[in-house]
Amino acid sequence: MVNPYVIHPATIVEKIREAEDINTYRLQFVDEQMQRRFRFKAGQFNMVYVFGVGEVAISIVSDPDEPEFLDHTIRAVGRITNAIAGLQPGDTLGVRGPFGQGWPLEEARGRDVVIVTGGLGCAPVVGAIEYIFRRRAQYGSVKILHGVKTPHDLLYRERFDAWRRSPDTEVLLTSDQPDKSWRYHIGVVTELFELVSIDPRKTIVLLCGPEIMMRLGVPILMRRGISETAVYVSLERHMECGIGLCGHCQLGPYFVCKDGPVMRYDRVEPWLGRAGV
Amino acid sequence: MAGDIHRVLPAAHLQRLLDALSAEGYRVVGPTVRDGSVVWETIRFVSDLPIGWRDHQEPGRYRLEQTGSQDIFGVVHGPQSLKPFVFAPREPLLQIKRSKGGFAAHPALPQSEKIAVIGARACDLAGLAIQDRIFLNDAYRDLCYAARREGLFVIAVNCTRTLSTCLCASMETGPHAQTGFDLALTEVDDMLLIEAGSEAGSGLLFDLSLSPAHENLIDEAARHIEACAHSQIRRLDHDRLPQALYDAHEHPRWEDVAGRCLACTNCTMVCPTCFCHTVEETPDLSHQQTAQARLWDSCFTQEHGYIHGKNIRPTIKDRYRMWLTHKLASWIDQFGMSGCVGCGRCITWCPVGIDLTEELSALLTSSSRSSWTSPQGEGS
Repeated sequence: MVNPYVIHPATIVEKIREAEDINTYRLQFVDEQMQRRFRFKAGQFNMVYVFGVGEVAISIVSDPDEPEFLDHTIRAVGRITNAIAGLQPGDTLGVRGPFGQGWPLEEARGRDVVIVTGGLGCAPVVGAIEYIFRRRAQYGSVKILHGVKTPHDLLYRERFDAWRRSPDTEVLLTSDQPDKSWRYHIGVVTELFELVSIDPRKTIVLLCGPEIMMRLGVPILMRRGISETAVYVSLERHMECGIGLCGHCQLGPYFVCKDGPVMRYDRVEPWLGRAGV
Repeated sequence: MAGDIHRVLPAAHLQRLLDALSAEGYRVVGPTVRDGSVVWETIRFVSDLPIGWRDHQEPGRYRLEQTGSQDIFGVVHGPQSLKPFVFAPREPLLQIKRSKGGFAAHPALPQSEKIAVIGARACDLAGLAIQDRIFLNDAYRDLCYAARREGLFVIAVNCTRTLSTCLCASMETGPHAQTGFDLALTEVDDMLLIEAGSEAGSGLLFDLSLSPAHENLIDEAARHIEACAHSQIRRLDHDRLPQALYDAHEHPRWEDVAGRCLACTNCTMVCPTCFCHTVEETPDLSHQQTAQARLWDSCFTQEHGYIHGKNIRPTIKDRYRMWLTHKLASWIDQFGMSGCVGCGRCITWCPVGIDLTEELSALLTSSSRSSWTSPQGEGS
């Protein structure tokens, strides 16, 4: 019987600075067997643990086809993530997971994929994009629309550049507080919808970012003819156990940790729009 | 098996049952009077039980009284249900020690202990069944819960007296214990009617070589239980749930109840079904060892819905609505059953006497400002 509470030590083998308060940590399990066994789906998350401090739910950024890499991009915003920020390669974190439902990449096969992200919301879809590009012929056009507040918040610049060079792929970036160096669009991410052609009959949308972006963005997509059932969102809630037991992450009838974090929009829309749910 | 075998034990001989349980290796736990209320304690003798005591419960009020009778089970229930025996208020999860590879985490499982609880009520059994559904029947079987559950032997007592706060009849969970017990007793005057509900219970009855119960005693016990059900004054109108409660999301009553609720968490602590918990990390001073334990948590706390920089449910209104909507509506979507067993503890132990039946009735009878609809039961 698997004990889902057991934490597995993992060494930080690389720490990549993404922004002033954001780093990507490449982890390797101390136990070689664990390293070989660990499989995940794009969009799933791990509980990441700091010795003596506690744990926090963080989505997996790396490619599910390369399970030898386990990457987490983490912004230092709270007690635990600030403790993580102080760690260096060679230090040890703890990991338990993977938990939750990932992106519907099987269902997306044969269809065009529109990926809409805001801020650090791009992290949970990186694995999905890599997954699609490994099977490029099996998917239709790919459109990646990403919005940041300031140019300083733009992570994964090289990845975006590489994706832009892929066949039948568009990458559109926008910033609503740009500086002089910004070469891309100016405004909020939903404005990018107007700049891409979308065939609503064969498009699936993956959305991740602040909930306000989802609530404002999806109606615009619907006006473009996209059904609510073709939109998937990745949600963020207080998660402590990862397995639907601790009760914190409830959203209406759902436990975001096990029914999500990726959920079909039409199923969660009534609750996303309600204050205090 | 329930109802097949009825045996009778003179109340004066109850010690025989306690002794038999001890002989089987059980630590026997029963209701005892402490600090003005009834709590579970280890007992050795029948005289440890609250003989001659009665409890009176009203919204925000709990009082014990001595009646001078010889009734053994005159007290219906105290603040505790069976929950603490299986879902411990504080449960060690892991011991984590620094080592060469950084650290090593060792799971801490509870030591297996055989506990026989005497005096559980039908509502408590219903609460236990819900907790079983939550902790044992999902993709992850909770090992701590399972270990505690394994060693639990439950001797229920059918209620022949209702409290003003009881509503088990309308929730169809009591007052007659139907399933989920090893033995069930009904106290009729100076006799205890005993029925077995499990193999272990039957075995124990067989060992005690008790006389079969006379039809008259069985009928009389049934009449007492029936009368108890009919005497309940509170009920929940649950036929329209969960949709009606979802529809009441913008109802002005939530503001009203938020003005009274202290967010003290009492209702969730005494609830037999509430399962929220949090994890506490306690490193030692040298930072060489640390332990993780899970503790009961409550959706009434500030931290419950906190994510970095934001509280999902910042006001007491949000949190009371979360609690009642979860208990009576989304619980049904999540687990296919209501989260309320009708024990009435949340009414009694609320310091300001908030009564969920009254709140639900107000939310469902007067007009709601909301017209939103929601999909149901689509949890994956």
